[in-house]
Amino acid sequence: MGKIINKKDIKHIAKLAELKYSDAEIDKITDQLDKIINHITKIGQADTSNIVPTSHVLEITNVYREDKVRISFTREESFKNAPLEDEDGFKVPKID
Amino acid sequence: MSLINLGAYELNELIKKKEISVFEIAKAYVQRIDEVENDINAFISFDNDLVFSRAREIDKYIKDGNDILDFTGIPIAIKDNVCTKGIKTTCASKMLSNYVAVYDATVINKLNRHRFLMIGKANMDEFAMGSSNENSAFGVVRNPWNLDCVPGGSSGGPAASVAAFETACSLGSDTGGSIRQPASLCGIVGLKPTYGRVSRYGLVAFASSLDQIGPLTRNVKDSAALLEAIAGYDEYDSTSINTDVPNYKSFLNTDIKGMRIGIPKELMIKEIDCEVKSSVNNALRMLEKSGAIVEEVSLPNLEYALSVFYVIAPSEASSNLSRFDGVRYGYRNTKSRTIREMYKKTRAEGFGPEVKRRIMIGTYCLSSGYYDAYYDKAKRVRTLIINDFKKAFLEYDVLISPTSPTTAFKIGDRADDPLTMYLSDVCTIPVNLAGIPAISLPCGVSKNNLPIGIQVIGDILREDNVLKIASAIESEVKWKMNLQI
Repeated sequence: MGKIINKKDIKHIAKLAELKYSDAEIDKITDQLDKIINHITKIGQADTSNIVPTSHVLEITNVYREDKVRISFTREESFKNAPLEDEDGFKVPKID
Repeated sequence: MSLINLGAYELNELIKKKEISVFEIAKAYVQRIDEVENDINAFISFDNDLVFSRAREIDKYIKDGNDILDFTGIPIAIKDNVCTKGIKTTCASKMLSNYVAVYDATVINKLNRHRFLMIGKANMDEFAMGSSNENSAFGVVRNPWNLDCVPGGSSGGPAASVAAFETACSLGSDTGGSIRQPASLCGIVGLKPTYGRVSRYGLVAFASSLDQIGPLTRNVKDSAALLEAIAGYDEYDSTSINTDVPNYKSFLNTDIKGMRIGIPKELMIKEIDCEVKSSVNNALRMLEKSGAIVEEVSLPNLEYALSVFYVIAPSEASSNLSRFDGVRYGYRNTKSRTIREMYKKTRAEGFGPEVKRRIMIGTYCLSSGYYDAYYDKAKRVRTLIINDFKKAFLEYDVLISPTSPTTAFKIGDRADDPLTMYLSDVCTIPVNLAGIPAISLPCGVSKNNLPIGIQVIGDILREDNVLKIASAIESEVKWKMNLQI
C-alpha cells in the first residue's frame, strides 16, 4: 500500500474541519487516516459507468407547506444552552 | 418470578388486569439498577425520584380510567442522542455534557401518548460513532454476559440495560449496525426499521441518509409492538414515509411455509467465527424444517459496502457536526481571543478521538480535488448495492446472515485499531446503505458463554416478512441466558 496521506495533508484537512492536532498526536492520526483512506480506495474498482449516484434511498422530493406562523421556541428557550450571551444574542470572541 | 424478568407485553397484561401498579414495576427496576449499574454503566442520566414520581402519575392516569396502551407504564431506556425536554441529552460527548434539550423528539412524543415510563438516558459511543461503546465520555459499558467484554455499539447502553434487566426495552439508533450489533453481542432483539419509517426529528444527526431509530427488546413481540408505537409519518421529518403503520404484532407466529430465504454468500465471509456460522446454519435448518426455502444468493457489490459506508457516513458526519462550534450550545473553550481560535480549540477539546477521526475522513472525502473520487464515487457504488438488493428481493422474501462476525470481544482489544473495529459492522452496514429493515435476534450461545445473533433482512417497508421469520426463529431455536450479574 502506497502512502496517500501525509502530515501536510492532515494539517490541511484539520484546518478545513476547524480541528487541531498537537505535534504529539499528528503521527498517529496520519498513520490511521492513511490506512483508512487506503482501504476505502477499493470503491475505485467498481464499474459505475452509467450508474446514477444515490443521495437518499427513497425517491423523495421537496416537501412544501403553508408559510403559516406557528408557536416555536421562546427567546429564553433558545438561549438556554448558550455558553455566553448578552441581551442581544450569542456572545463570541473577536471575529478575525 | 420477579417483575423485571417479564417482557413488556406481559407487564402490559398485568397492568390491564390491575394486578400490579406502575409504581411496583418502577421499584423493581430501580432496585435492579442499584444492584448492577456499578458493573454495567448503561446509563448517563438516571434519577430515582423522577422515575418514581412519573410512575405515580401514570398510576393516577390509569386509576382515572384512561385507556391502557401497549407501553403505558412500561420502563423504556432512551439512547442519549434522542432529545428529551428538560433532561440532559449528551450524545456521550464532552461537547454536549451539559446540554439540556428544549424539545422532545417525535419518538418521545409518541411514547408519551402511551404514558411510558422513561427509566433513564442510556450510554453510547460518542455521537453514535463506534462498535464497542468504548468511545463514550461517560465511561465504557460492560457486557452483562461477561463484564470483561464490550456490549457492542454504538447503542451499547440501550442493549446492555435491556440484557441486564435494568429496563424492559430501550430505543437506540442505527447508522451502520448500531442497534443490531450490540443486540447481537448482548443476546437481545434489535430492529432497524426501513429508512423513513420512524421520524428522526429530535435524533442528533450523525449521517442523515443512514440514521434510523429503532427498538431493543428481550423478545420479538415487544420489538413489533415498540416499532408500531414509534413508527409513522411526521411533518417535522421530510424524509419520513407517509404510509399507514401496520399492526406489526399480527405478523408473529404465522406459518412460514413456502417463504423464500436467500443467504448472501458475500456476508458469509471467512472472517465469520466458526461458532457463529454453525449457529446461523442451525437456525436455517430449523426454518427449512418449518417449510421455508433456503438458498444461497450472490450480491456481488456488497464487497464494497464497508468502503462506501466509510466515505458516506463520515462525509455526512463532517457536515452535520460542523454545528458544534461553541457558539449556541455545548462546550466552549473560554480562553480563546478570536473566534477561529475558539472554534478550533472548542472542537479539539470537545470531541473525542473517534469523532475527530471521522470528521477528518469526511472532510477529506468532500474536499476540493477528492470529491469525485470518493464522495461521488461512493454514492454511485451505493446505487449498485441497492440494485443488488432489489434484484435479490425479486426472488426472496428475506435475506439472512450473521449479525456480527464474532461474539462480544474483550474491552480494549480493538480500541487502537480503527479499521479492525470498523469490520465489526461488515454484515450490518449494507442494510443501512440500502435503507431496508433488518432485525437481529439471538440464535445460540458460544462455548465461552457469549450470545450469537442472526440477522434477518427485508425489502423496503417489509418489516412484516422480517418479523414473521424472526418470530419463527425465536420459537424454534432454543438457547439459555446465563448472565455474570
